[in-house]
Amino acid sequence: MTQKTSAEHSPAAFYNADALPPVQTRRERLSAFSTDDLNPVSSRSAEWRFSPLDRIENLTSGERDGSDVPAAYDITGAASVAHVPMSDPLIGRCGRPEEVASALAWHDTKNALIITASAQDASEVWITRDALGLSARAGHTVIDVAPFAKTTIVFDNRGDAMLSENVEIHVGESAQVVVVSLQQWNHGAVHLASHFCRIAANASLTHAVITLGGGVTRINPTAHLAENAGSATLLGLYTADAGSHIESQVFVNHDAPNTVSRVSYKGALRGAGARTVWIGDVLIGREATGTDSYEQNRNLILAEGARADSVPNLEIETGDIVGAGHASATGRFDGEQLFYLRSRGITEHEARQLVVRGFLNEVLAMVPVPRVQAIVHDALDEALEEVSA
Amino acid sequence: MSTLTITDLHVTVETENGPLEILRGVDMVINSGETHAVMGPNGSGKSTLAYTIAGHPKYTVTKGSIDFDGQDVLAMSVDERARSGLFLAMQYPVEIPGVAVSNFLRTAKTAIDGQAPPIRTWVKDVKQSMSEMRMDPSFGERSVNEGFSGGEKKRHEIVQLDLLKPKMAVLDETDSGLDVDALRVVSEGVNRVKEETGLGVLLITHYTRILRYIKPDFVHVFVNGRIAEEGGPALADRLEAEGYDRFTETADA
Repeated sequence: MTQKTSAEHSPAAFYNADALPPVQTRRERLSAFSTDDLNPVSSRSAEWRFSPLDRIENLTSGERDGSDVPAAYDITGAASVAHVPMSDPLIGRCGRPEEVASALAWHDTKNALIITASAQDASEVWITRDALGLSARAGHTVIDVAPFAKTTIVFDNRGDAMLSENVEIHVGESAQVVVVSLQQWNHGAVHLASHFCRIAANASLTHAVITLGGGVTRINPTAHLAENAGSATLLGLYTADAGSHIESQVFVNHDAPNTVSRVSYKGALRGAGARTVWIGDVLIGREATGTDSYEQNRNLILAEGARADSVPNLEIETGDIVGAGHASATGRFDGEQLFYLRSRGITEHEARQLVVRGFLNEVLAMVPVPRVQAIVHDALDEALEEVSA
Repeated sequence: MSTLTITDLHVTVETENGPLEILRGVDMVINSGETHAVMGPNGSGKSTLAYTIAGHPKYTVTKGSIDFDGQDVLAMSVDERARSGLFLAMQYPVEIPGVAVSNFLRTAKTAIDGQAPPIRTWVKDVKQSMSEMRMDPSFGERSVNEGFSGGEKKRHEIVQLDLLKPKMAVLDETDSGLDVDALRVVSEGVNRVKEETGLGVLLITHYTRILRYIKPDFVHVFVNGRIAEEGGPALADRLEAEGYDRFTETADA
């Protein structure tokens, strides 16, 4: 097992440290393979301050089972899957852990799953993970997409889980990639994940995290737009039940000219005491002239005592950009929308369902995988039956 | 034959300084097949009347009644009123992101009729109605009212009027923000529905120009929350010539 121990504090040369207040910028965040070099898991550290630490202890301390994560693979087109040792050169190309759970999972995993998509033919890989059980596991996946390849990768997560994982998504030049992580876990499931995406020149990635069930789900995607004219669309759709905690720390790193990003996360909190957290960091580096960036998070609160935290952050180190915007809104039902629908004879119950469904459909419509759309449609039908607040 | 009877209607809205009375005793009887124009200056309470009939929660009825064919409208919920055959074409139709027009129309039709419309005729009806209102079929896939121009929103309201086939329709400033061509299309739509179904119409407007296309049987002039004068179509002509000044002066005096 290779264990690197260096920590990196990238210099923030653009900032004059004396002139500015000492905020921790995303640029300055620690990344390391050793937990000693990372911030402790504490409600006082930026990485963990919103998370229910007592519920994730098994993944932030102690040992995890690092054997292959049980899964079934349904592959069409020019793609293949294999397991390789963590020392393989394909591993570690897309990023480094930025927090302890990620570093531990990296260390614990014995062999990584490699999904390779070649440019010969469009491909789809559907990964069903429904037999993980509740013992603590660690996993590592590398999605390796060749230049000019077109591929769709879906993680279809169901059942029980106590899983901490890293996913590297290496998008070759001019490739077009869709990655979906769909969670319909049982109530007791805990799932922590870091997705490291590196997007090469003229390539595009659509990344979607859809969480409809689970106990604690914390999936943090980072999109590194590392080369000219890459683009990333990061989507999130979630419904939070009573007792569920759904967290999304999204980071878009514009690191090359003419890169485009869109982040759109929308959620409905439909159970008493449901909790969601969205932190959207966008960094536009000095090299990233011509950047076009927009991020938004919208939450619909449907139940008493539900809480949505929504924190957009924008760090801009060059002024020569096309656009950088963000929006965040959390609210209850819009009374005027309900009135309009009801004035057409639609009952209040059905009007609420229509509004919630419409609200979430806006994101779902951007997930270009019909089978995923169908699954989510059906799941929402069932889930929204109970919406009444 | 349906009749909407409004009797001594008093309505308040909540403001920072407590309740404010907007309607101060309105009486009106509208029968099937009749068109009543309610005209008046801004702030006279015309739209309050429209929204009170539809049941908007912002408005509180403090006195009086609204009866529709023997049913106590004020005791009914918003959706019950719609299902009983009342319809409000809104001045500012609301945008509902992510809900497709086609889905919305079918859901509303199912709610009003108590059963889903037969698919084949329904699709045809929607297509025809939209085409008559000069709406491209692609609107069916768009979110309700989202990104629609002012004119498109109004035409969409009349498409709903046509498809839902109410007994009594309140058109709240349907003419506002329409150019001449759109005004004609919308008016023709209303007239066509009226001819087909014997619809009763309460047409609320600030201007007389829509009355060139939709001929009123009765004209009511609203000033300061009351009906200041009533008459036949000739009253509208007089308003066109003289404006509302003579009423507002009386009200101020």
